[in-house]
Amino acid sequence: MSILDSKIPAGHISEKWTDHKNHLKLVAPNNRPKIDVIVVGTGLAGASAAASLGEMGYNVKAFCFQDSPRRAHSIAAQGGINAAKNYQNDGDSVYRLFYDTIKGGDYRAREANVHRLAEVSGNIIDQCVAQGVPFAREYGGLLDNRSFGGTQVQRTFYAAGQTGQQLLLGAYSSLSRQIGLGRVKMYHRHEMLDLVTVDGKARGIIARNLVTGELERHAAHAVIIASGGYGNVYFLSTNAMGSNVSAAWKAHKKGALFANPCFVQIHPTCIPVHGTNQAKLTLMSESLRNSGRIWVPMKKEDAEAIREGRLKPTQIAEEDRDYFLERRYPAFGNLVPRDVASRAAKERCDAGFGIEANDTNEGVYLDFSTEIKSKGKQAAYALGDHNPTEEKTIELGKKWIEEKYGNLFQMYQKITDDNPYETPMKIYPAVHYTMGGVWVDYNLQSTIKGCFVAGEANFSDHGANRLGASALMQGLADGYFVLPYTVSDYLADEIRTGKISTDTPEFEAAENDVKNSIEKFLSNKGTKSVDFFHKRLGLIMWNKVGMGRNEQGLKEAIEEIGSLRDDFYQNVFVPGDSNEMNPELEKAMRVADLIELGQLMAIDALNRDESCGGHFREEFQDSEGETLRNDEKFKHVAAWEYKGMDIKNSVMHKEELNYEFIKIAERNYK
Amino acid sequence: MATKFININLKIWRQKNANAKGSLESYKLDKVSTDSSFLEMLDQLNEQLINEQKESIAFDHDCREGICGMCSLYINGRAHGPDTGTTTCQLHMRKFNDGDTIYVEPWRSRAFPIIKDLVVDRSAFDRIQQAGGFVSVNTSGRTMDANAIPIPKADADKAFEAAACIGCGACVATCKNGSALLFVGAKVSQYALLPQGKVEAQERVVNMVRQMDEEGFGNCTNTGACEIECPKGISLENIARMNREFLFAAAKSE
Ligand SMILES: Cc1cc2nc3c(=O)[nH]c(=O)nc-3n(C[C@H](O)[C@H](O)[C@H](O)COP(=O)(O)OP(=O)(O)OC[C@H]3O[C@@H](n4cnc5c(N)ncnc54)[C@H](O)[C@@H]3O)c2cc1C
Ligand code: SF4
Ligand code: FES
Repeated sequence: MSILDSKIPAGHISEKWTDHKNHLKLVAPNNRPKIDVIVVGTGLAGASAAASLGEMGYNVKAFCFQDSPRRAHSIAAQGGINAAKNYQNDGDSVYRLFYDTIKGGDYRAREANVHRLAEVSGNIIDQCVAQGVPFAREYGGLLDNRSFGGTQVQRTFYAAGQTGQQLLLGAYSSLSRQIGLGRVKMYHRHEMLDLVTVDGKARGIIARNLVTGELERHAAHAVIIASGGYGNVYFLSTNAMGSNVSAAWKAHKKGALFANPCFVQIHPTCIPVHGTNQAKLTLMSESLRNSGRIWVPMKKEDAEAIREGRLKPTQIAEEDRDYFLERRYPAFGNLVPRDVASRAAKERCDAGFGIEANDTNEGVYLDFSTEIKSKGKQAAYALGDHNPTEEKTIELGKKWIEEKYGNLFQMYQKITDDNPYETPMKIYPAVHYTMGGVWVDYNLQSTIKGCFVAGEANFSDHGANRLGASALMQGLADGYFVLPYTVSDYLADEIRTGKISTDTPEFEAAENDVKNSIEKFLSNKGTKSVDFFHKRLGLIMWNKVGMGRNEQGLKEAIEEIGSLRDDFYQNVFVPGDSNEMNPELEKAMRVADLIELGQLMAIDALNRDESCGGHFREEFQDSEGETLRNDEKFKHVAAWEYKGMDIKNSVMHKEELNYEFIKIAERNYK
Repeated sequence: MATKFININLKIWRQKNANAKGSLESYKLDKVSTDSSFLEMLDQLNEQLINEQKESIAFDHDCREGICGMCSLYINGRAHGPDTGTTTCQLHMRKFNDGDTIYVEPWRSRAFPIIKDLVVDRSAFDRIQQAGGFVSVNTSGRTMDANAIPIPKADADKAFEAAACIGCGACVATCKNGSALLFVGAKVSQYALLPQGKVEAQERVVNMVRQMDEEGFGNCTNTGACEIECPKGISLENIARMNREFLFAAAKSE
């Protein structure tokens, strides 16, 4: 039997969560202040969890490596957050959101978790509005919605192109209130460098004060890890520079299984790579696909002329443009899910139709001219002008675009020096989100007792591909509406434990391990920077564990990452001291973990002999280039157990996925 | 979009820690792509320093998309550099010319002490927020339906514009008095404009202003420099609205 018990409650899918909540144990209010909870991370998942647990009366300590909890990477989310409110009366429901998410995830997510997510989605919007989150509204004063990929309803709530910012500032305000009341103690500029377990239970962490360099021991009755995703294993991604896997990876090394590491989302609409000194990639929100049409030239010679600067996109006649998503997927058109859109763009570029003048010619157009004309016309009508001039139409259309997407257009122009109101945007897929993460059961508890994992750091809800606007929903669902119940259930058995001491051999050993690895880096006689190795890792990952994967490439990647790791430990140079602020040391510690993770991702990808969602194995595709899933053999979660430094020794455990309420089918967007 | 490469000279503030004496150090950096962002240029310089076995320059940054508010820097005497409406991470080297000498310094303000090199401590902003920058609503899942109170679009839009502040501190750094009024005004305004925020409006403004004074921020003398340097276009209107809120609260409490 599998060692994995998902603890999915019995009963009908729509009753499971309610029923489960009714039977979870509680901690009485007078006992809560005697119980300590550590929350690592202050993104949507961490901030909402810390605030809610603080409100309940627990003694909370929250950690983030930035200089303020408000700066967690969630702040950068642009497009929106889903909720099954059906405010637009277009047939949305909890069931549909549930169904879309399971299908979007290519039938590799757990039904019960996803249904719970859909159930609480409406509450999230209510909670945020009550906090004063200024969502976009219509003229009647009610909330506005838009569409995201993989759905045929409008269920996405947004605040211009800054939805993550507004939601995080909402959670941060609740967190700030608890900090002000003394119920949460905030440790900013602190980095968790190890998880401490005692008798198989998570009992605390070792953290480094990033200002003084001091190592600190923090004890607690439960530890929640909400440290975000690991997209930066590719070096170039849309993630913030500091995003990393270390907190999750330390838990993994202490016994938490790591699930589906190879499930990575490559987002179709990002600004293409410009040069070798580039540090990160910038996303152009999926919401733009509501208004933009994706195309490349129909003729190779036109694509070539564009790359050489002899032709401009605006000079290509309508009939010479290939709107390849509309052509291949008429039912969803430009709003197919991300994995599908990304692969289609890669296919066109590999075939020689790419339009970007960089080393790889990788780029396609995202064109707003059709929308500018149609919205301009509508606006003119609304103003009573039924016969607007072309000029007037375009002017009004641009105004409409500016109101919806102004900040994104401005960002694009700043970065590329091109004006997207006049000429189509150039875009290309980039690494964006990681569906894989620490394995958790229905209660969001990992295989280490008392160690809970939330937000992008866990693997739970998105299967092999996440739908747009669902990560924000999941982060807040976990933090506001799931963890307060499930963590309390665990803590109910801890009320007699008493204060946990940090003066124990377990804390001592963990601190010494951290101290040793810091000393090792600082005394190394290398010559190369941490970034040098990180970039090399990124290239291996992108080329061989990226959008298209095959057996040979993956085998090579596993070996190459192994040697890269040896090279890194021998030749990296980390300047500065341990007892001061030292950004290079911080990076070195993170890259060490990313290298191990990268190898596990390649192993997982090699193991999964099928294509599903974001995991595209070139050997497994049909004649039209669509993914070929293998439900017979791979309808499971692959959860890996750490077995020491050599990642090749990791052992895989399966959690079989059962679909009782949704009929598993081919994923078709045609 | 024609990529060029330029060679530049840099004068950068180096300071070992909060108590050490700092100084401007000179560096030469060649072959900087004009498509690079300002921070990618600093990455390139750090790479060069490490290759020379020297200590890299510490600077704050994270999202590099102009939204987290982590990056800072006084560049050639201006907060976030020569471009307007831009954070340092969104400033590109095409704004500079071959042979330029560029001065890079940390935010300088009494309330933002230097931690190291170009990194400063802005936690005073967090403490102001903790004093009142919230609506006192607990997590419950039992708040009223989000559409129960319609909010005029104009008010919602204005609240959003105020809420767009990224907490970077450029307004403070650029103000000759080191005033934080634009930052505080933006937060107070966001809530004052929404029905959810009205209930606690008076305590909020009083508590936030008290904390602001305790943190050692200076007074506002209406020079308006903050609005010009604010990367998110937070308008002075927010300061006026906050002053009204404050006077109203003061009058009521008397
Ligand atoms: C550019 C961009 C746009 C996006 N847009 C959308 C969107 O429109 N809709 C949507 O649903 N999703 C979107 N996403 C995805 C979504 O933003 C993220 O998945 C989500 O915000 C993750 O939240 P989180 O709370 O799990 O982690 P994060 O927000 O990443 O927070 C991680 C936290 O952990 C802390 N941390 C990490 N490691 C440590 C450590 N070792 N010690 C101490 N602290 C640590 C960090 O300081 C931080 O506070 C977008 C993502 C990107 C990159
Ligand atoms: S008001 Fe503007 S300058 Fe001041 S902190 Fe906010 S965004 Fe930065
Ligand atoms: S790095 Fe986030 S705003 Fe500049």
